[in-house]
Amino acid sequence: MKYINIVPKKLNEYSYIVEKQGDMKVPLKIFANEKLLAKMLEDRCIMQGINVAALPGIQGYSIMMPDAHQGYGFSIGGVAALDTKEGCISPGGIGFDINCGVRLLATNLMKEDVQPKVREILDRLFEYVPPGVGAKSTTRLDHKEIKEVLKKGAKWCVEKGYGNEDDLENCEENGCIEEADPSLVSDKSRGRGMGQLGTLGSGNHFIEIQYVDNIHNKEIGETFGLKEGQVVILIHCGSRGLGHQTCSDYLRKMEDKYPEIIELLPEKDLVYAPANDPLSQEYFKAMCAAANFAWANRHMIGHQTRKAFTEIFGDEVTVDTVYDVAHNIAKKEMHTIEGVEKEVWVHRKGATRAFGPGRKEIPAKYQKSGQPIFIPGSMGTSSYVLAGTQKAMQESFGSTAHGAGRLMSRKKANELWNGEDLKKELEGQNIIVKAASVRGITEEAPLAYKDVDDVVDVSDKAGIGIIVAQLKPMGVVKG
Amino acid sequence: MSYEFLDHTADVKFVVDAASLEDAFSDAALATFEIITDIEKVEGKVEKKIHVESERKRTLLYDFLNELVYLVDTEGWLLHNVEKMSITRDGDRFILDAALVGDSGDYEILTQIKSVTYSDMEIKEGDNNTILTVVHDI
Repeated sequence: MKYINIVPKKLNEYSYIVEKQGDMKVPLKIFANEKLLAKMLEDRCIMQGINVAALPGIQGYSIMMPDAHQGYGFSIGGVAALDTKEGCISPGGIGFDINCGVRLLATNLMKEDVQPKVREILDRLFEYVPPGVGAKSTTRLDHKEIKEVLKKGAKWCVEKGYGNEDDLENCEENGCIEEADPSLVSDKSRGRGMGQLGTLGSGNHFIEIQYVDNIHNKEIGETFGLKEGQVVILIHCGSRGLGHQTCSDYLRKMEDKYPEIIELLPEKDLVYAPANDPLSQEYFKAMCAAANFAWANRHMIGHQTRKAFTEIFGDEVTVDTVYDVAHNIAKKEMHTIEGVEKEVWVHRKGATRAFGPGRKEIPAKYQKSGQPIFIPGSMGTSSYVLAGTQKAMQESFGSTAHGAGRLMSRKKANELWNGEDLKKELEGQNIIVKAASVRGITEEAPLAYKDVDDVVDVSDKAGIGIIVAQLKPMGVVKG
Repeated sequence: MSYEFLDHTADVKFVVDAASLEDAFSDAALATFEIITDIEKVEGKVEKKIHVESERKRTLLYDFLNELVYLVDTEGWLLHNVEKMSITRDGDRFILDAALVGDSGDYEILTQIKSVTYSDMEIKEGDNNTILTVVHDI
């Protein structure tokens, strides 16, 4: 593929476009300000967005979120709606960590109540939610049970007495996509997942104790049950080895079946199965099963967190799920495209669903406000709560950003900082970090990430996610 | 050992420069475990045999490394050393047989690998050396 000009053209302060050229079937739309765009131009992510625009059956635009950076096949922060009849599905458009996502829990405690006990809470969480290498989960599943988890998702947990119906109500898909087919998830994937339910994983995954620092939108804040000074808990993790192996298995299957497609692709991780091939349906159903595992995983972690808080603060403490969002997933959704209702697989790879008011997929209590969206910052920086919008439905297939977006390699972060120093520096700001390894702290150094404030500002100004609240960290558990 | 870690914004990338294809695969295994743990500390107590077959060398490498990630996730097994590495060709297939020693114990885990990726994956075989490039999603 040859491109004469891949310098994006400015549409307004918050969006850019790369017009259709070469093999592109649709233009590429980038949500960014000048600063974020300049960072994007430093790696291959815009080229990846262009490659996505050439996929069969892509609708409207290939879209990049303000936190976009280079990924595999798709960029991280890439969104594409692909026709479920004439298009395709691409595991690389979802990511290895199927249904990596974020859950927010709100307590009835205030910052002052919790501050003196942060260390105690972190110790307890560290014990109840292991990082999970090898067979260390407290909930080891057998072959029969794991199939049930894959079919029922978070509902399985409630049936077994973990968590409650409200947790399910306040979760994307109510914690279970019914199209999941556990028989399409390999023995190997299940083997990796059996000891990993309720485990955190490593990398950028965490549990963070935070307080609401600032309410930007009072009305929606009230609807979400948030007020200033209140303590909340943000959980960020995914489907663990089970999801990673599922992605890997299907990438290999597609590669074996379509050597001619893969030869023509600019990146092999962009491989896909055409919608008319049963393999596309098989992958979709396997991916749904892995997504269910991830919801069960975050649900279990939420349950363990509630247990830790109840043990420390007594029975009067309430820990309620505000919502749970996926940010690595493909969803079968109906969207109006050029005036016509169409069923598409919306691939969101490092992007969050941002459905606005009135969409039937969101809980009754959020029908007027739009769905809650959580954008975690890097360690030690603010995280944000946003709300979905009508405009997002038109502009980005109901999607917005997902996080800060990495700026610097882990190698470089390790060269620049020392984990112990960083830990002390954060403690100076009243942020306590408990991590499985010191190197894990260094690699997640706040300055290794883009400024999350810019990311949410662009989402808000572009109208694809309204800022509702700003959250500040008090304690972090890192896998 | 002849591998070097390179800059990669989101994940971990390394390049191996070894005398042969077999040595390059062995070094790729060691580099993979250096991401996960301090391999110097891991004892060589538990042997693992790995057998992988594939139509292409690239997928052979992918599947081999993926087997290693599987052992970490399921048994907490970590590599100490590669004792034997053989890669042969049978018709249109490549066959890898490896004997590895390591341990499942209470070692510090620095990073868990989500998956091997095809991103930038390369196998360049020269007259006197083999160069491999691998990116792991972590």
